[in-house]
Amino acid sequence: MLAHLAAGIGAGLAVIGGAYGIGRIAEGAMHGTARQPSASGDIRTSMIIAAALIEGVTLFAEVVCILMALK
Amino acid sequence: MLEHGAHAAGNVGEQVKNMILHHIINGWEIEVPSSHWGSSVELDSHLWHFQLAGIDVNMSISKHVIMMFVAAGLLLLMALLLRRKIALVPRGFLSMIEGFVLFIRDEIAVATMGKHHAPSYTPFLCTTFFFILTCNLLGLIPYGSTATGNISVTAGLAFVAFLAIQFAGMRQMGVFGYFRHLVPPGVPWWLAPVMIVVEILGIFAKPFALCVRLFANMTAGHVVILSLIGLIFVMGLAISPVTVGFGVFMYILEIFVAFLQAYIFTMLTSLFIGLLVAGEH
Repeated sequence: MLAHLAAGIGAGLAVIGGAYGIGRIAEGAMHGTARQPSASGDIRTSMIIAAALIEGVTLFAEVVCILMALK
Repeated sequence: MLEHGAHAAGNVGEQVKNMILHHIINGWEIEVPSSHWGSSVELDSHLWHFQLAGIDVNMSISKHVIMMFVAAGLLLLMALLLRRKIALVPRGFLSMIEGFVLFIRDEIAVATMGKHHAPSYTPFLCTTFFFILTCNLLGLIPYGSTATGNISVTAGLAFVAFLAIQFAGMRQMGVFGYFRHLVPPGVPWWLAPVMIVVEILGIFAKPFALCVRLFANMTAGHVVILSLIGLIFVMGLAISPVTVGFGVFMYILEIFVAFLQAYIFTMLTSLFIGLLVAGEH
């Protein structure tokens, strides 16, 4: 039962960090596109790559939480 | 759907959990379309099941293996059928495929490896991209299941990427030059042991990250959709419009994530190869 509780709390905490990081990336992308709209294609590509990398790290934590909940 | 978990049964929560697990993990039953509700074909789980030096190895054909064969067969079929339509200006389906291939060649391969080395690795990158994309999308259609949602499949893909990266590095710099590359010139001597350890950890950590990223992204999407549907069983029929609406939205997001994860896997593999082949000037 403690494992389930820990898994839930851990998953929630992992999402906090990941969502904050991706939000910062989006903010930077919006600022960059506003300054120079012609670079919006490159900025969008870099934003998607960085967001996917951060989401990868977040999902490591989620996988660990799933392992905890299933054991 | 719940009869998959009903035999174990306890309360509805147990059954929903069993239903979700049954749809996510690999098994030896394939659901086939037929008039009978919930019919499935039972696969032989002991076809290639043997002991190898004390370890239990079961290489029998299972659900995800069949999905991988289906993906490979679809790609072969597409390549064979489209061969005749190659012209200077393609039309129709081939032009979409050509758009993808040109995107991989120009934005991924040439951008990370340079024009000189890109043609050597573009076929491998295209294969990786289309196979992962097809496996991801097959999991979204009815009666299909996501082969890349199995960590063994993504581990195999990451292992192939690992071999490709090492092979590319060693072909470019020679075997000894590759190990000398771990400590770049201009690094103070007392930093070299730390650099070697960190670089060797990095060599193994990067494909491992590729593996876990793809597996977790694919599985997480399916778990969310199945949990939303399971919520109907737990909370009653009244909640079903909201749940099904969310489920449709998650499906659209899943399609986007399928493309994105295939792109990310291919882009990171190409980036790692490019770092070794073209150097960081």
